[in-house]
Amino acid sequence: MKNGIPSTSKKWFPVSVRLRSRLTQKVSEAGILSGMGLITTLSVLLTLIIIIVLGYEASLFFQQDGVSVRDFLTGFEWNPLLGSEKHFGIWPLVCGTLLVAVIALLIAVPAGLLTAVFLSEYANPRVRAIIKPALEVLAGIPTVVYGFLALTVFTPGFKLISENVGSYNALSAGVAVGILILPIITSLSEDALRAVPNNLREGALGLGATPAETSFRVILPAALSGIISSILLAAARAIGETMIVALAAGNTPKLTLNPGEEIQTMTGFMVQMALGDVSNYGVEYLSMYAVALTLFIITLGFTLMGAIIRRRYREEYQ
Amino acid sequence: MSKKISDMPEILSDPQKHAAATRPEEKRNRSNRIFRGLCIGAAFSSVGILALLILTLLGLGVGDLSKTFLTNPPDPDPAVAGFFPAIMGSIWLLVLVPLLALPAGVATAIILEEFTPRKPVLKRIHSLLQLNITNLAGVPSVVYGIIGLTIFVSMFGFAGKHGQSLVEWGIRSFDQFYSEVDQVLLVPVAGPNAPEAVLTEGLEALTAQGQEVRIHVIGENAPWPEDRALSQRTLRDYDTPGRVHERSWYYFRIPFGRGVLTGALTLVLVILPVIIIATQEALRAVPYSLREAAWGLGLSRWQTVWRVVFPSALPTVMTGTILAISRAVGEAAPLLMIAGIVFITNPPGNIMDDFTAMPLQIYNWAQRPQKEFHDLAASGIVVLLTILLCFNAIAIIIRNRSNKALS
Repeated sequence: MKNGIPSTSKKWFPVSVRLRSRLTQKVSEAGILSGMGLITTLSVLLTLIIIIVLGYEASLFFQQDGVSVRDFLTGFEWNPLLGSEKHFGIWPLVCGTLLVAVIALLIAVPAGLLTAVFLSEYANPRVRAIIKPALEVLAGIPTVVYGFLALTVFTPGFKLISENVGSYNALSAGVAVGILILPIITSLSEDALRAVPNNLREGALGLGATPAETSFRVILPAALSGIISSILLAAARAIGETMIVALAAGNTPKLTLNPGEEIQTMTGFMVQMALGDVSNYGVEYLSMYAVALTLFIITLGFTLMGAIIRRRYREEYQ
Repeated sequence: MSKKISDMPEILSDPQKHAAATRPEEKRNRSNRIFRGLCIGAAFSSVGILALLILTLLGLGVGDLSKTFLTNPPDPDPAVAGFFPAIMGSIWLLVLVPLLALPAGVATAIILEEFTPRKPVLKRIHSLLQLNITNLAGVPSVVYGIIGLTIFVSMFGFAGKHGQSLVEWGIRSFDQFYSEVDQVLLVPVAGPNAPEAVLTEGLEALTAQGQEVRIHVIGENAPWPEDRALSQRTLRDYDTPGRVHERSWYYFRIPFGRGVLTGALTLVLVILPVIIIATQEALRAVPYSLREAAWGLGLSRWQTVWRVVFPSALPTVMTGTILAISRAVGEAAPLLMIAGIVFITNPPGNIMDDFTAMPLQIYNWAQRPQKEFHDLAASGIVVLLTILLCFNAIAIIIRNRSNKALS
C-alpha cells in the first residue's frame, strides 16, 4: 500500500489471483482444460460403450442355434428356461412392459397435469412451499420401497376388491410405477406452464374467460411441447422401471391385457436372469442382452423424442 | 382503414346471437369450480399419498426396529436377523460414489456450459453432446447394471476366467495346516495360485496368533513331542494344507469382480448424467455480468470459471449432487444385476470385497414369502428412508440458505 497504489490483497480484489508468468499460466490452463476435455469425452463415449456392449453380446445371442432375429422380433412365445423347445419371441415381454407402463400413465398423467396446473395457476406461495418439497421427497423414495408397497399393501388391497387379482399382478405394479412417475410429470409440466408469459393469462382473463377456460384453451396449448415431452420422459422411466415389477409383477411372460394377471416385463426378465443360476454364456443368459438392447432402443426413442419435441416445438415468447 | 362496428361478426355485434352461441354463465362458472376442485384435489392427494405411504411404512417397520436389527448380520432366522452389513455396504458406496462421480460430472458440466464453441461445426457437435447427456439420463438403471456386469465384473471375460484374476495386489496367501493338537500353522506361499507348500523341517510359518515359528516335521508313527512349545509347531509329514488368503485394506485386482468398487462404478454411471445436468443448470443460473466483470479485471476464461462462476454456483451444485447421491444410495436394480442376492454377514474390508447394500437387502427380504421377512424389509426401509430424508433435508437447507439473488 505504498504511495496509495493498492496491493494485490484480498482487500482490493474480490478474487485473490496469484500473479504468475503468462507462460506458466497458459500451460497449466491448457493442461487442466485438456484433462477436463478428456473426462468429457469419456462421459460422451458412455453411450457408444452401451451400444457396443449390448450390440456385441446380442449378436452372440443371435448366432446361437435355434435363434434368429426374425423369430425374436415376431415371436409370440418367450420361454427360455422351461420346456424342451425354447422360444425367444420378445412380444410377451414387450406386452407386459407396456401393460404396466400404460396403467402407470393412466394414473400419473391426469393427476400429474392437474397438480401442475394447480401449482402454476392456483396455488399461493405458502401452499406451493408445502407441495413442492413433498413432491421432491416422493420423487426421492427408492423404487424398491414402492415395490415393497405394491407387493404387501396394494396387492392385498386389490385382492379384497376383486377375486381375479393374482398374488403377483400387473395392476399393483402399474399403480406403484404411476406414483413413482407422478412427480416427474408434475415438475416438468409445471416448468413448462410457468414459462408461459403472464400477458397471455391476463389477455384471456381480460376477455372474460374463466380461470379454467384460460388454463385449458390458452395456457395448456401454449405449454403443450413441454407437457408432451414430460409425458414421454415419464413413459421412458415407466418402461425401464425394474424393482417394482421384479417384486410385484411376477415372472410369467404372457400376452395378456388383463391387469390382474401375473406377467413379466423386459426388466423383470433381466433381473431373473442375473439372479438365476443359469450358466454364463448359455443361450438364455445371452438372451438377456438382446432384451436389454430392445429396452435400450425403446427408452432411447422415447427420451430422444421428448428432447426433440421440447427443443423444436417450444413456443418462443418475447 | 379502421374497422367499424358493422364489420364485426354478427356473433359479437348482436347480443342475442352472442348469448345463443356461448355457454351460459352459470355453466361456465360451474365447470370452472369443478376444474379448480379437481386441481386442488389432485395436488393435495399427492401430499396425502406421501403421508400415507410414510405412515404405512412406519407402522409396518418401526415395531421391529431394535439395536440388534442395526448391529446383527442377516440370518435365516428372522428373529435375530439384522441390517449391519447392508448399512456398512451403503456407507462404502456413499464414500466411493461421490469421490468418482463428482470430479467427472463437474468437469464435464463446466466444459459443456462455460466453454461453448463459436464455430458452426463445433456448435453442432456441442448440441449433439448435450442431447447425448439428456439421453444418458434417460437410460434405465438396469441397463447400466448390465454394462457394469459386462465391463467391470468380468472385463468381457477376456481378463481371466471366473474366479481367477489377471492382476492382484495386496493379497497374502498361506497354506493352512491343522496339527493333531488343533494348532493352526500358516505357511506363506508366493501367490494365490502357487503350488502347494512342501513340508520340510524348519519351514517358516505363522501361528494363528501371528507368531513366527519354524515347523518341526515328524513321521507317521513317531511319538508326539512332550514339550509344549515343540508340540505347538509340530506336524506329521502326511498333513495336507488348505489355501487361505489374507487381503489387506488396499487389496486390488483386475477384473474387479462383484465387489464394492464394481458397485460404486456402476452407480457412478447411473448418476453421472444427473450430476452433469444439475451442475450445468447451476452454472447457467450465474448471471452473465459476473463473468463480464471478471474478464474486465483481466482474468482468463479458466480463472473466471474456477474463481468466480463455479464458487457462485457451488450451493446449487451441492444441492443437485446430494440429491443425485441419495438416488444412488436408494438404487437397487444395477446392484442386483452385478452382485445378485448373496448371503453376506461381514461388512466389506476392502474395495474388492463382496458386499450388500440397504436396498439390496430390502429386496432380498421383500421377495421372500414369509411375513416375518416382510417385517424385516419394512424395518430396513425405515432405516433407508430416514437416511434419505436427512439427505433431502440437508439439500433443501443448503438451497434455502443460498437463495439470495446474485444479479
